Amino acid sequence: MKILAIIFIISGVFFFFTATLGLLRFPDFYSRMQATGKGDTLGAFLSLTGLALYNLADGFSLSAALVSIKIMLIAVVIFIANPTATHAITRAGIDCGVEPWTKEEFGVQSSEFGAKKEESR
Amino acid sequence: MESFFLGISLSLCFLVLLSLYRGIFGPTVLDRIISVSVIGTKTTVILLLIGFIYKRADMFVDISLAYALLNFIVTIAAAKFFHTRKSIIPGAKYYKERGIDK
Amino acid sequence: MRYIVTFIILFLNWVIWSGMFDAFHLSLGIISCAIVTYTTHDILFTREKFSYKQIIEVWRFIKYIPWLLWQIILSNIHVAGLVLNPKMPIEPHMIRVKTRLKKDISIVTYANSIILTPGTITADITDGEFLVHCISKKVADDLLTGDMENRVAHIFMED
Repeated sequence: MKILAIIFIISGVFFFFTATLGLLRFPDFYSRMQATGKGDTLGAFLSLTGLALYNLADGFSLSAALVSIKIMLIAVVIFIANPTATHAITRAGIDCGVEPWTKEEFGVQSSEFGAKKEESR
Repeated sequence: MESFFLGISLSLCFLVLLSLYRGIFGPTVLDRIISVSVIGTKTTVILLLIGFIYKRADMFVDISLAYALLNFIVTIAAAKFFHTRKSIIPGAKYYKERGIDK
Repeated sequence: MRYIVTFIILFLNWVIWSGMFDAFHLSLGIISCAIVTYTTHDILFTREKFSYKQIIEVWRFIKYIPWLLWQIILSNIHVAGLVLNPKMPIEPHMIRVKTRLKKDISIVTYANSIILTPGTITADITDGEFLVHCISKKVADDLLTGDMENRVAHIFMED
């Protein structure tokens, strides 16, 4: 059980690491949201699951089970809240007219984005 | 096992320092908001790890939940506040003063 | 009926978070849960009547979660590969996705699932149309096949 918990926590920290690296490397803010919105959710979920498993490893009792259920409830809260926050920030960026960074062959989609902005105002 | 938790918390603190770079030098306000939200998620995990190091997980789990909820509310409130504000784009004030439609 | 269901959900939460089982704390919980239920009974369940369909919806939603978790893990491995690649082969662009979902709850589930699965973020929702930011061409093609939309429609019976 403890070995399983260690594996979960280390993989969670790995996904946290890729999320942070993506936050530093990606060129514009929409792509940064791609890295953080997913990496943080899965990283938090895996490391909290590992901690809940470690808490149960010493022997089953009522108080330990309650603490584990609470940790899993925190994971559920993060699971619902993180995509919602991601969507709210991205929508703020769209409504302010922050242009997405694109490569040249996707110029068509970029001009379509501009048309969308005009009609929404 | 305490040393393992200590190492994990220290590496998470290092990741917090890395994401603080985006919070300070981020070109737009939205980058800073993302950075704050990412740091909040990591802090939730770090608080739980502190609880396991001191063997008081039953107390720290409540603090951790309060931090997760506050982090969500702060992110939503900041995103709502900067909704449709031109000041997000750097240099927008410059264009507006000179009458250039950007 | 919805008073009773809301009260039971709130009281379960109270018991888990307080962690004390003596009579004083339980009676405090009953009083506060009753007040909260009386004031906010129309927020959690908007319809008055319950039917057997909702039980089937909850069961199908529970069956949907493991598939979603597997997709999330796949998407994270995809994004991690993009980040760790020194050349960083990303091609971000915006696409528009038409949807046939009508109910609010199914639109919320679909949008959250899009954010959590490979390389896509819902940016804006107008009626019947999502504006989606994709990180590479492959994930955009995956989304446009409509597999996930069919699954969400199957959960909330909009086939």
